[in-house]
Amino acid sequence: MTEALLEVKNLIKSFEGRVVLDGINLTVERGSVFAIMGGSGCGKTTLLRHLIGVVRPDSGQIMVGGQDITLFDENLMDGYRRRFGMMFQMGALLNSLSVHDNIALPLREHTELDEKIIGVMVKMKLELVGLRDFEHLKPAQLSGGMQKRVALARALALDPEIVFYDEPTSGLDPVVTGVISQLILDVSKRMGITSVVVTHDIGSAFKIADKMVVLFRGKVVAEGTPKDIQQSSDPLVQQFIHGSPDGPIPLRQSSKDYLEDLLDM
Amino acid sequence: MSLAAARSESRIIFFLRHITSISCFFNETMKWTLVKPFQGKPIRFRAAITQMDEVGVKSIPIMGLVSFVIGIIMVLQTAYQLEKFGAVNYAASLAAVALTREMAPLLTAIVLAGRVSAAFTAELGTMLVTEEIMALEVMAISPIAYLVVPRFIAMVVMLPCLTVLADVIGIIGGYFVGTLAIGIRSALYIHNTVDALLMKDIMSGLVKSVVFAVIIAMVGCYMAFVVKGGAEGVGKATMISVVTSLISIILADCLFTAIFYLFF
Repeated sequence: MTEALLEVKNLIKSFEGRVVLDGINLTVERGSVFAIMGGSGCGKTTLLRHLIGVVRPDSGQIMVGGQDITLFDENLMDGYRRRFGMMFQMGALLNSLSVHDNIALPLREHTELDEKIIGVMVKMKLELVGLRDFEHLKPAQLSGGMQKRVALARALALDPEIVFYDEPTSGLDPVVTGVISQLILDVSKRMGITSVVVTHDIGSAFKIADKMVVLFRGKVVAEGTPKDIQQSSDPLVQQFIHGSPDGPIPLRQSSKDYLEDLLDM
Repeated sequence: MSLAAARSESRIIFFLRHITSISCFFNETMKWTLVKPFQGKPIRFRAAITQMDEVGVKSIPIMGLVSFVIGIIMVLQTAYQLEKFGAVNYAASLAAVALTREMAPLLTAIVLAGRVSAAFTAELGTMLVTEEIMALEVMAISPIAYLVVPRFIAMVVMLPCLTVLADVIGIIGGYFVGTLAIGIRSALYIHNTVDALLMKDIMSGLVKSVVFAVIIAMVGCYMAFVVKGGAEGVGKATMISVVTSLISIILADCLFTAIFYLFF
């Protein structure tokens, strides 16, 4: 169970001269739940976009099962994309399709299965997330939490090796947050799927993660099990997990001197 | 270098960048329309038919109204001039030729540019903002194949059809006003119309309408993929998409009319 499935080595990316990822290193073991945490704007969404192959790094490697996906062409990338599922922050379900068709979409596109079998598989995936009765509704008719659960069902449609979660619990009430966290755990432990969760929800991350990293300004500042992170002496990490306004994470983000800025006017 | 010069240069670069990327976009669309179907990645005909209904069938009422009225206007305007020469009967021929060669294809394209370019950009642009397009990509489904190709095919099939319809309805509109208001005899009107029309006129109109269809579909879809920001970005892109389609249609019309005039 300690085989590394996903390895990021010295990943660097900058946009228009601003360094967003500054030498990221991390290792995700097969079958584990791995959380990437950090405040807004720390680069965690950008990191996730590298992992799913929609953004290419300036330098560095992303090894998945021994292959560097940053070197993949479109065909190889499509092959890789069939091996993972992704749950987007807002669900990103296709609004023009019903819940059933949304989950059936990857099956129809990538398999030669009969419509009947697809129907059965869709029902199974929906049962997994507890929404079997909602098959014929459109995504807009569902609540935010339900949309995310349908998105999870769609991510699982092709029985992937890895599922990426982008902020799975943001904007949800505590009960639904608990439900989603439990689902992520279930999916991971029962089906042996590796989960990579990008989140700033500390509570749920501590509950579900086997290992986690904390990002700050494009760098990994802490790494380890939830226990390691909780006991970390790094003031940055302590400020982040306790959400205190005072500490090394600055409240003000302007680089120019305040007085100078005022006098310039 | 002065600031103005720097700005104008960046505008030119901006323009060139868009021209190159829209041609890449067109290239990609053609690849998924013409090449990939033979490599085991079939075209989504069901989606294309839904789009044909959306852009074609549902445009018929507005198209019918516009072309009927344009037919009336054409006959009234030409009759006004022809009366001076005592040749008012030829209003029928003039209107028929002008409609099929120019007015019907151009006005159909203009109406659809407003209706369809805007709809494509707004719909796909919103999908981009809500990450639906990224979700497709991540599911290894090409957004070009899934979203753009059906719309492209629908436009290329439906715009010439609508143009033929506009030809017919326009001529009927002209016939009504020509026979009832101006007093051309019905048989003479029909005879003059049929006599004046050549296959060449209708064909040149249809060739143009195919070009217009490509412009509308490509501009409408392309602008959606370059949306930046949220709702504001979608609104802006939709506006630019309609304006760009309109201008491109009129420029292409000028070019093709010149080609037809010189070579055919």
